[in-house]
Amino acid sequence: MAHFLLELTLFDIHICPWPWLAYAIVGLIHVALILNLVAVSALVFIWLERKISGRIQDRLGPTRVGGKFGWLQTLADGLKLLTKEDLMPAGADGMLFRIAPYISFCASIAAFIAIPFAGGAYPWIVQHLNTGVFFVLAVLGLEVFGVILAGYSSASKWSLFGAMREAAQVVTYEVPLGMCVVVPVLIAGSMDMVVIGDRQAGWFTNWIVFHDPFTFITTCVFFTCAMASVNRAPFDLAEAESELVAGFHTEYSGLRWSFFFMAEYGSMFSVSILASILFFGGWHGPVPITSLLGLGGESGSVGWGLAQALGLANVLFKGVVGVCLMIWVRWTLPRLRIDQVMTTCLKYCTPIAAAMFLGATFWHYNLPDKNFFGLTNLPDAVYEISEGWEISEGWDRASGDEENLGDQIASDQITSDNVGGRR
Amino acid sequence: MESIYWPTFFFWLFSLISCSFAVGVLLARNIVRMAFYLVLALAATAGLFFLAGADFVGAMQLMIYVGGTLVLLIFGVMLTSQERFIEMKTSSGEWVVALLLGGMLLGILLQAAMAVPAWQGMDRAAAEATKVEKTATPLGMGLLGVRVDQLDEQDESRRKGMSGYLFHFEIVSVHLLVVLVGAAYLARAKRKRGRDELAGTGSNAT
Amino acid sequence: MIHLPLAHLLSEPVGVSHYVMVGAVLFTCGVLCMATKRNALGVLMGIELVLNGANLNFIAFGSHVLRNDANSLGLDGQLISMFVIVLAAAEAAVALAIALNYYNNHDSIDVDRADELLG
Repeated sequence: MAHFLLELTLFDIHICPWPWLAYAIVGLIHVALILNLVAVSALVFIWLERKISGRIQDRLGPTRVGGKFGWLQTLADGLKLLTKEDLMPAGADGMLFRIAPYISFCASIAAFIAIPFAGGAYPWIVQHLNTGVFFVLAVLGLEVFGVILAGYSSASKWSLFGAMREAAQVVTYEVPLGMCVVVPVLIAGSMDMVVIGDRQAGWFTNWIVFHDPFTFITTCVFFTCAMASVNRAPFDLAEAESELVAGFHTEYSGLRWSFFFMAEYGSMFSVSILASILFFGGWHGPVPITSLLGLGGESGSVGWGLAQALGLANVLFKGVVGVCLMIWVRWTLPRLRIDQVMTTCLKYCTPIAAAMFLGATFWHYNLPDKNFFGLTNLPDAVYEISEGWEISEGWDRASGDEENLGDQIASDQITSDNVGGRR
Repeated sequence: MESIYWPTFFFWLFSLISCSFAVGVLLARNIVRMAFYLVLALAATAGLFFLAGADFVGAMQLMIYVGGTLVLLIFGVMLTSQERFIEMKTSSGEWVVALLLGGMLLGILLQAAMAVPAWQGMDRAAAEATKVEKTATPLGMGLLGVRVDQLDEQDESRRKGMSGYLFHFEIVSVHLLVVLVGAAYLARAKRKRGRDELAGTGSNAT
Repeated sequence: MIHLPLAHLLSEPVGVSHYVMVGAVLFTCGVLCMATKRNALGVLMGIELVLNGANLNFIAFGSHVLRNDANSLGLDGQLISMFVIVLAAAEAAVALAIALNYYNNHDSIDVDRADELLG
């Protein structure tokens, strides 16, 4: 999106005499968009959580603030939190205590840098990274630092225990999570999230979740591990109210506490979007409306804008569905014990993920051009859309000796440089 | 004044963060603060990797180092953090010797870094013309034994070195497995002995 | 040979030597950490800093952005630094296990107290 804004809005029309100012403005636009996305989505999700949990428990949830459905309840809560006193325990390590919520929040936001919201040759993404998936996983893992520092610096046993649990849990769950992510990377032949998303263009039969039985199970494991890595119930042992008061944020109050909450909801949203892009087609809906209606065309045209906006809506909708699923799980299943959490990860999720990875490898090796459990062929449209990107074509079709394969990859890269070099 | 070359600006930014927090690690006495400064220093180093065009290694640094190793380290800090170990002072004599030697080492290294003409930066036009290549695929192929970046290498002696890193990759894999087993063994043996000792003292006491 | 005009500080691209300088600072800090810290985990952090300084050098020598000529290390630099990162992770795991064992046996994390083998 950056080059789109730069080229169309600022350079072509020559509004801006200084290029650096144009870059700064474009950067600020991105930051504002992402911040708004996280903050507004947190508002919506907290309201949604209260409503859904209310309905699940056969009550109404918030009803008064802001009209019929109580949809301004979160805003009112936020105002209340703003006016609360910012307390710090006497024995606390002041600097770390103050800085910890911001670390969590920054890590949670930074994951959105590499997440595309619409694909194509000019994707809507803050920074188009060649190793997007890897970057998102890495940054999501950083959120735990804020929690650990908060737990340590609070000078409270509850906080420390919560932080220790969180550290153990997140570090362990990154292992199966990484293995699950490797499967779509393997099938799309790239770690670029734009390529992975565009690999699933067309009908929903092209989604990677339906690629073969192994990816289907991988999706389930991924969702479980994602839920655990963002500390949602039934895996929210870091803030277990029954035995740890509130875990790592026991000593926090007011705005700093709400930053932890925003970080939690932000990373819930980002792992849901990650799941939607990796497994559920991302910006490609179940029905290829854009190509049926003939939308699209040259970048910058109205049709292209509409198609991209539709993709954006798709990504956001799938993300919200994922979050709703997490809320549903939270208010349905009982919480695990900490040893059960670790057992689930090390004894079940990791071996299953490893086996699914092997299975998907064999499936993809034997049926490289098939989709939907091997029933349908990979449509040509996929190759068209991702033309110029180094995806599966060169890999699967290459048969013969290593030299040949290497040559093919080298030539693939040259084309990708020519086509994708504008970014 | 010429216009600012932004990669340079970000280089100075990241290197300033990295160096100052590295010094912070050195000077901090509180072990948890040291760990926190180390996190920031290594994250800024990852930023430097991104700037140098090594985006895969940068993401790897963030993931393995900052996300994995340092969480492990902080875990260790918390397990051993009693009041008397949080802050441990080093005698000032040791500090003087260390700073003297370290300053000399730093001086030599900096002079060596500045002394090679070929290590100075390119001029700006050449730098702006340089394209950042995608590194993930060539790196993966390199680990599998095919050096796609050196296929058109003419020099025969240099072609010999392009056999890739498959063997090293295997060795590292086995090494990691051994480390995994070893660390698990260490942790396990410790707990077992601890329980025996506890049982022994318990029976003695009663 | 020292050539760093301040006027061009921000307008000229940086070179390999700038990266090597940052690497040198990290390396020295790491060495000093290993020398002066009495906490075993502090020594471990020093090792991490040293390894990172070395890594920065490998990345710099292999980067085409900093130095685009035939003598560049190319992709080898990145490959080597990948191995360094992986081995550092392994080293940290083992060293941490040793440190925790030491703590359990001696009820201390001070490396100066580990002098039983002196005889």
